[in-house]
Amino acid sequence: MTTKVSTPEMKSLHFQPRTPATTKGDKVVGAVSHTALTIWTLIVILPLLWTFMSSFKTSSEIFASPFALPAQWKLDNYIKAWSEAGIGSAFLNSIIVVAVALVIVMVLGAMCAYVLARYTFPGSRAIYYLMLAGLTFPIFLAMVPLFFVLKNMGLLNTLPGLILVYVGFALPFTVFFLFSFFKSLPHEITEAAALDGAGEWRTFFQVMLPMAKPGLASVAIFNFLGLWNQFLIPVSINAAGPRVLSQELAAFAGQMGYAVDYGALFAAVSVTVIPVLIVYVIFQRQLQGSVSQGTSK
Amino acid sequence: MTSVKTQQSRNDDGLAAVVPATAAPQVIKRRRKPLTWDKVSFFAVFLGLPLAIYLLFVIWPFIQAFGYSLTDWSGFSPNQNFIGLENYVKIFTDDIFMKAMGNNILLVIFLPIITIILSLVLASLVTVGGSSKGQIKGLRNSSFYRVVSFFPYTIPAVAIGIMWGQIYDPSGGLLNGILTGLGLDQFKDFAWLGDKNTAMIATMFVIVWGFVGFYMVLFVAGIKGIPAELFEAARIDGAGRFRTAVSITIPLIRDNIQTAYIYMGILALDAFVYMAALNSGGGPDNSTLVMAQQLFFTAFSKGQFGLASAMGVVLAIATLIFSGLVFVVNRLTGGDKDVSL
Repeated sequence: MTTKVSTPEMKSLHFQPRTPATTKGDKVVGAVSHTALTIWTLIVILPLLWTFMSSFKTSSEIFASPFALPAQWKLDNYIKAWSEAGIGSAFLNSIIVVAVALVIVMVLGAMCAYVLARYTFPGSRAIYYLMLAGLTFPIFLAMVPLFFVLKNMGLLNTLPGLILVYVGFALPFTVFFLFSFFKSLPHEITEAAALDGAGEWRTFFQVMLPMAKPGLASVAIFNFLGLWNQFLIPVSINAAGPRVLSQELAAFAGQMGYAVDYGALFAAVSVTVIPVLIVYVIFQRQLQGSVSQGTSK
Repeated sequence: MTSVKTQQSRNDDGLAAVVPATAAPQVIKRRRKPLTWDKVSFFAVFLGLPLAIYLLFVIWPFIQAFGYSLTDWSGFSPNQNFIGLENYVKIFTDDIFMKAMGNNILLVIFLPIITIILSLVLASLVTVGGSSKGQIKGLRNSSFYRVVSFFPYTIPAVAIGIMWGQIYDPSGGLLNGILTGLGLDQFKDFAWLGDKNTAMIATMFVIVWGFVGFYMVLFVAGIKGIPAELFEAARIDGAGRFRTAVSITIPLIRDNIQTAYIYMGILALDAFVYMAALNSGGGPDNSTLVMAQQLFFTAFSKGQFGLASAMGVVLAIATLIFSGLVFVVNRLTGGDKDVSL
């Protein structure tokens, strides 16, 4: 595209790298695009800012005007939400459950995907399709029997029970995603490791797993978001157990009909939203990259 | 060996799509090695452990659900009688469940289309909205839009529901505040979620709000994967922006669009969290009641586990029918033509 046609006149001139001239049409299209995108950005961001601002207001201030700034920027609502409404303990529960489940599912998922992708044995295809089936069936169908499976095991309404179920339901996505990743790693490396005397275990943990790091990071991010936002599983099988964040938030909002404290509700929502948002902004490059890895191949 | 290798690497390209169309098993003949402790323990742990958890907590409940759906089990009594398809008959003659199913169908029709069109438009604006001269490039500062649009995807659905419940609040909410501020006084104290004509639309908007950013990022990634030469060639041939989008971009990210359509449809058939957070009782005149809510209520409040399982089976079958339809429609409209790169 940038081949320069050298004519006699051009040679005599100072050659300046041409910046493409912006035509009138371009400007119009650019302006329209920016306007449309700005409108959508506002639609996304205004509700969030409004929620954040309202989290500092008292209930009467909220009812007086949706726009007025709070009279005082005090943290009373946050203290109330964190301790009285139990958002604090639910937050910790969520972190424990999601962190443990995430570690387990990443290790098990990577192992399972590795075996399915690198070894052919009778039934390997069937197992792969069984995993796919788990991706397409609605979780809802499993909830009623699952309730009794956990009850019989004595794990109903406990965090370990919740962790195991999280692992089970995050497994198909993890395996499916990592399967293609392990498949694309060259076979020569396994052979080289085997020649150097590494056993199967060692080959996996010291050679293959480090090579799969980018894939692992992407899946981990999506699993984290999925599990952190999970609502149906905890309300079904952990209804009377130690609540996780989404559960506590819903319970808190449910009580609001009786004892109206909207300021604290806004604070509770803000506490839920802000930490993940901050983590996202820090890691957004990684995440944008992982979306493309997962889908645009 | 070389021929095997090229086959292998070509095969890998198709695997990242949701259902690998070209994932024919590649059997690579290897010399059989004697079984060692290393190998046996490796397979037992690597395959056995994940599969055990998966079978116990995912597959086994799914299978059981089909069984329960044929009984009158209440969950707490030990006896369950086999009653054949009676539960299904009950479901399909139950006006409330049929209403819920109708609402789900409404969601399945509108949610994916609105979300995908909106995110596709925004993604195109971001990627090819730039100058029509010189190198093909996106809009300036486009990464800002992309990052902000993704925000809702990081927020738990419950929080989204609660937040929008407050925004739609008749007296202190943001929406009516803005509308009355603009001089539209008829919206003072208008209950968006309390009026049966607007409850469903308002709810749909919340779900669209939550997902447009995610699919926009997905499509942006897809469009960036298209080589710039193709756009340049189209431009040299005289194609304008709109023509390029319709004839080049959309056919080349067709697989992404299909994936998005199926995910969004499955979500529309569920939609439990949003409905429960915005209108836990099913909304005015059950106008936002969905099958999943009815299932949850039947199981955990009424204790009719047999009936609830049958509802789950109906939901699962609806999901499968929907996914199948999307595949068939995509095929029929020319999706099987090889346009992939």
